Amino acid sequence: MRQIVIISGKGGTGKTTLSAALAAMGKELTVADCDVDAANLHLLLQPSDESRHPFSTGAKAVIDQQLCTQCGACMDACRFDAIRYQDDRYTISETSCDGCRLCMRICPAGAIHMIESNGSYWTTGTFRNGWMVHARLEPGEENSGKLVNVVREQSRLLSEKKGVDTILIDGPPGTGCSAISALSGADLALLVTEPSRSGFHDLKRVKQLADGFQIPSAVVINKYDLNGKLLDEIEEWCRQENIPLIGKIPFDPAVVEAMLQCRTVVEWAPRSAAAGEIVAIHRQIFQS
Amino acid sequence: MKIAIASGKGGTGKTFVSTNLFWVASQKGIDCVLTDCDAEEPNVAEFLAGEEEQVEEVYQQVPVIDPKKCTFCGKCYEYCSYNAILYLPERRMIQVQPDLCHDCGACSYACQAGAITEHPKLLGRVTHAAYGIGQQLIEGRVEVGIYTPVPVITRAIHEAGNRELVFFDSPPGISCPFIATVDRADYVVLVSEPTPFGLHDLQLSVATVRKLSKPFGVVINRAGLGDDAIYRWLEQESIPLLLEIPFDREIARIYAEGGLPSAVNSSYREMFSRLLTQIIQKRVS
Repeated sequence: MRQIVIISGKGGTGKTTLSAALAAMGKELTVADCDVDAANLHLLLQPSDESRHPFSTGAKAVIDQQLCTQCGACMDACRFDAIRYQDDRYTISETSCDGCRLCMRICPAGAIHMIESNGSYWTTGTFRNGWMVHARLEPGEENSGKLVNVVREQSRLLSEKKGVDTILIDGPPGTGCSAISALSGADLALLVTEPSRSGFHDLKRVKQLADGFQIPSAVVINKYDLNGKLLDEIEEWCRQENIPLIGKIPFDPAVVEAMLQCRTVVEWAPRSAAAGEIVAIHRQIFQS
Repeated sequence: MKIAIASGKGGTGKTFVSTNLFWVASQKGIDCVLTDCDAEEPNVAEFLAGEEEQVEEVYQQVPVIDPKKCTFCGKCYEYCSYNAILYLPERRMIQVQPDLCHDCGACSYACQAGAITEHPKLLGRVTHAAYGIGQQLIEGRVEVGIYTPVPVITRAIHEAGNRELVFFDSPPGISCPFIATVDRADYVVLVSEPTPFGLHDLQLSVATVRKLSKPFGVVINRAGLGDDAIYRWLEQESIPLLLEIPFDREIARIYAEGGLPSAVNSSYREMFSRLLTQIIQKRVS
């Protein structure tokens, strides 16, 4: 099984646009949307969702004021600074609580209990060229890396069951837990960047992340014609670092037009310059 | 007043809005600080160069279990809510996986055998830089490969203190890093773009910001590139549209090189100046 992850460090460089286009050109593949904070791939691939599964992102501690003896042990023990004493009572900030359960365990009065956060879910379904696993993180819930792990694991199980040998992973921005979960165990990291100072800075960090997991990288420069100076710098860096530069997609209004129709650019505007370049990228990834 | 510039979707222009707002405020001589809270991919320094004053390292405590003292009772394993302890009693094996540890201290509390000691692990750095006439830039930056940026973000926000205006350039998403930032703000500026992705992610960020009970308004970037669905939705939800920034290829080219449109173009200067005035008025109302 070959797992290809599309990742960028910086957001908005075109990960989902590229993922969806590659998925639309494939045959019998599984697509995993691992940007669970802002999952958009389903808008273009429009999967039929066959089953939805709830997912608990963790739990938050709550103090029962009737039972609390105001000893303050919980506040002393909490390392997340989530417990406050205010207006003659101890309360736990829902946003600061990390769900570690230590306060619940040490409370001598048994006044603290946990409330599970279970508004998030993951879904498996089919789209026009294969299978799809995606997820939705409930607004306000945390621990997206854990949910990304579930999406990865489920896409692997599904692919095994269906005899699919390619998984395409649409990754999240950043370099933290979600990006690590999306990246780990992949066979190729496709790094999507754009010719800007921030795009280049973030590309270098995400490359370092892929290197840390010993995952080979290849670079795609999106909207390459927006700035010639930065384009040269990125191309030079790829040569120095010996990373294959496998595509340069021009800034093309057809990309936005396709998105407005909720279609991929290779399907909506197959003759556009962007689509032509993506077809060439697809060939390089899947025929070499 | 603390203002977070945020968005669910990445790449909508959070840093673009933050840096220009801060620049305009600095020009007016306002006592302000811009804090780069996107600690996984901090980009403010690509646009604004300050004079570095201080760099502090941020650590977390990671437990280490001494197998000689360990009685293999399994209590630490049971207390850990993050699956960070690998416990195989039949093989007399116990080990902490530092990447999964959240530094909560539950295992240290659980251990009755004195087998657990805690050791610092570097998470990242918070850099202070002087800018302009007494303004300041603060950057949180995690080491590549660190799971959570939250302790670094929290420290960066703490260091920003209480100036007349404190800007937070937020991390993308709607998860822990976003919440850790937005929860400390008095007002949130959500930046989006008029596309289906922009609208979808804006709806998620609005739901999150509403859960946190924060007042907010929306800036639409790259106006003219998409359609009007996002405007209809804002109207339907009675969400204030603070500003539209038209897509302009020349401005995109300047910004790509690290230039600030407000510094070189008077219409951008006026646009961000108006945005700043609108935001400050939100505090009064």
